[in-house]
Amino acid sequence: MALPAAFFALFFAWPVAAIVGRGLKADGVWQFARLGEVVSDPDIAHVLWFTTWQALASTALTLLIALPGAYVFARFDFPGKQLLRAIVTVPFVLPTVVVGTAFLALLGRGGLLDQLWGVRLDTTVWAILLAHVFFNYAVVVRTVGGLWSQLDPRQEEAARVLGASRLAAWRTITLPALGPAVAAAALMVFLFTFTSFGVVQILGGPTFSTLEVEIYRQTAELLDLPTAAVLTIVQFAAVGLVLAVHAWTVRRRETALKLVDPAHTARRPRGAGQWTLLASVLAVVALLILLPVGVLIERSLDTPDGYGLGYYRALQDAGDNGSFLVPPIEAIGNSLQYALAATAIALLIGALAAAALTRRGGGRLVRAFDALLMLPLGVSAVTVGFGFLITLDHPPLDLRTSWILVPLAQALVGVPFVVRIMLPVLRAVDGRLREAAAVLGASPLRAWREVDLPLVRRALLIAAGFAFAVSLGEFGATVFIARPDHPTLPVAVARLLGRAGDLNYGQAMALSTILMVVCAVSLLVLERLRTDHSGEF
Amino acid sequence: MRSTKRLAAGALAAVLGVATLAACGGSDGKKASGATGDKTVTLVSHDSFAASDAVLKAFTAQTGYTVKVLKSGDAGAALNQEILTKGSPRGDVFFGVDNTLLSRALDNGIFTPYTAKGLDRVSADVQLDRAKHRVTPIDTGDICVNYDKKYFADKKLSPPQSFDDLIKPEYKDLLVTENVATSSPGLGFMLGSVAKYGDEGWQDYWTKLKANGVKVVDGWEQAYNTDFSGSAGGKKAKGDRPLVVSYASSPPAEVIYADPKPTEAPTGVATGTCFRQTEFAGLLNGAKNEAGGKALLDFLISKKFQEDMPLQMFVDPVAKDAAVPAEFTKFGAKITNSASVAPDKIAKNRDQWVKTWSSLVLK
Repeated sequence: MALPAAFFALFFAWPVAAIVGRGLKADGVWQFARLGEVVSDPDIAHVLWFTTWQALASTALTLLIALPGAYVFARFDFPGKQLLRAIVTVPFVLPTVVVGTAFLALLGRGGLLDQLWGVRLDTTVWAILLAHVFFNYAVVVRTVGGLWSQLDPRQEEAARVLGASRLAAWRTITLPALGPAVAAAALMVFLFTFTSFGVVQILGGPTFSTLEVEIYRQTAELLDLPTAAVLTIVQFAAVGLVLAVHAWTVRRRETALKLVDPAHTARRPRGAGQWTLLASVLAVVALLILLPVGVLIERSLDTPDGYGLGYYRALQDAGDNGSFLVPPIEAIGNSLQYALAATAIALLIGALAAAALTRRGGGRLVRAFDALLMLPLGVSAVTVGFGFLITLDHPPLDLRTSWILVPLAQALVGVPFVVRIMLPVLRAVDGRLREAAAVLGASPLRAWREVDLPLVRRALLIAAGFAFAVSLGEFGATVFIARPDHPTLPVAVARLLGRAGDLNYGQAMALSTILMVVCAVSLLVLERLRTDHSGEF
Repeated sequence: MRSTKRLAAGALAAVLGVATLAACGGSDGKKASGATGDKTVTLVSHDSFAASDAVLKAFTAQTGYTVKVLKSGDAGAALNQEILTKGSPRGDVFFGVDNTLLSRALDNGIFTPYTAKGLDRVSADVQLDRAKHRVTPIDTGDICVNYDKKYFADKKLSPPQSFDDLIKPEYKDLLVTENVATSSPGLGFMLGSVAKYGDEGWQDYWTKLKANGVKVVDGWEQAYNTDFSGSAGGKKAKGDRPLVVSYASSPPAEVIYADPKPTEAPTGVATGTCFRQTEFAGLLNGAKNEAGGKALLDFLISKKFQEDMPLQMFVDPVAKDAAVPAEFTKFGAKITNSASVAPDKIAKNRDQWVKTWSSLVLK
């Protein structure tokens, strides 16, 4: 617990407190009057209302669309399942500006919907909600599906034998067991959409604004630190409230479950009902995820002289394009290095935190720590970034120009994933197994290796996948200290899109496609990492 | 808990291993600036800074200093980070304060005065801090409305040329611009209207522009690559706005970054709608390598850098002896009547103007 707490305090709590403190303290006097002024401003109230409303709606819609998907991925076997599971995570790494382009192509004027039915959704709230589902589908499918695939189906079957209807068996056996994972997924989706920035900017048009956008403007553009500080406190309060609700609903729910090897629980669908479910889930994935992704791929191949790989070839030379001192293609290596480092840090900190939270039962302090770990998801990146600037500026911790800052900042976002995905599984591990191992003379470490690790290995891999994807697609922290000779993929895409001309646009699309492929391949490799000595338990 | 700690030690070692590996992949010493001795000079800038490798190497050959570039967000964000870290800067020289942000930078005292060598070759009208030389002008650019040549040729309509033209009925629903609050070309275009119509008149102008169907999107990328019908990206996205607020240097870029290269630019510039942007650089207060910083400032206005710059950043040089690339003269437009507003006036009114504009145009 000490290491995660120290990490969190140093790289999150201190910088954020420092920047908020600087905003609230003018001429050595605390300016609490600002709080009232800003909060009572009708414009701010409106922004807060819209932020909360769209986040709730996005979360509900994501759950509605993704839960059947979680079931299908957990319980059915079908060809291409692993590939598809990697592909649904791809949106996670795409820069929002690129996704915005794809969605505008589908939902905007002259887009697919417009041609078919004359419907235009751009600059409506629907475009924002759909894009949020697109980004967060994988969160639900992987978090909930991961646990679902390890639940023993025989328990439900036993209930059926005892005369429960199918629905009753599901409601009394499976649903309670899944509760914590669903709640965790919902919490993460909410926090993500609550702090949504690019999606709202691009698809909503300038008339929609979220708290995150306001904080960015006040901090980065206007340098109005007092207002930004108050907004950050408002953001804290809202996120804190949500975390409290989450903790309260989950508190009594996390119980020991009988976990089995996922390989035994999935089978081919049987009967018309199951086939229909599978088909409809696949149709949703195709429409919601494959279609926008397809638009980007199509544009990356659409050169002036017909379809071809011209833009991809152009990526291999730096040319006389001074934004890049290296060919853009080298961004792949940079991105992978950052992502590996960030994943390692996030796994270490997150796994330790999750282990500590499991061991310590449910004391108030522990629950508070659990909630605190989630905060980085609900706090504006610019607040943390500017906080870094004014706190990490003295040796030995002058990290402002150090490359390590990037994976550290990315790990801050990765840790909540690791904790949220591992915790339901760790808490489901029956403590008596550990006790039995201890009685038989195993050291605590050995007990952990023999008892916990086989059961949480899957969760660990899913968590690693997310931490990796978060880092691969992360843009905010990277932009702060991206070096021209070390661009990451999203930074390189943004740079290309920031210039006029056909070659730049085409290369941006090609690089986005490469980013998606890198993400999918990395996740597939992670899936393969599962060693095959998971015996019967 | 003991187990957790032991595990932590092992895992920490593993992480450090990975981190070292990742670091080894890098090419240069990834130490914090200042720790690298006095042979490195650090340039802090916004995302759009670009210089060719050959030119940076020439600087090293000439002075012995290696340039390290740090980019941090857009122009406003990058400057504000310097203001926040005043006195303990991340680098030696800051590039990218433009005339709309100049007063904020000077009022916060983040620069040390320095008169760059060769400043006599730079025209006086861009030297906005001539009394103290806290900043040195490096480049100028013009924010202007671009038009899609093909659209107007097909419609047999002459493209608009001035602010006044844009509110005429024949150009209804054709213009896309950027949000003044979040985009520098958006802000520049608005400031252009302030210069043209005065403190009172500009609001009335925007009311008319709104009635004439101006579309506002959040950033330049979206306006130019998605909504504007004349750009390469916009053609693919089936953009339907033949007028966009962009730069005078955008048409040359459309030619340079096309393959095969067309004989004429697909877009043109409405020369009476321009706002002049001048970008400055300055020696940061508290710089660890002042000598290197001064050498770099000299270099930024040298003929070599000034001639390399246009095709890297799509801006015009300020040095009178620097030749402008042929593509600029052939495909771009020479802007002679660019509007401008005094930096202190911008600083004083900026927030209020942005608020007023938002309630006029966005609500």
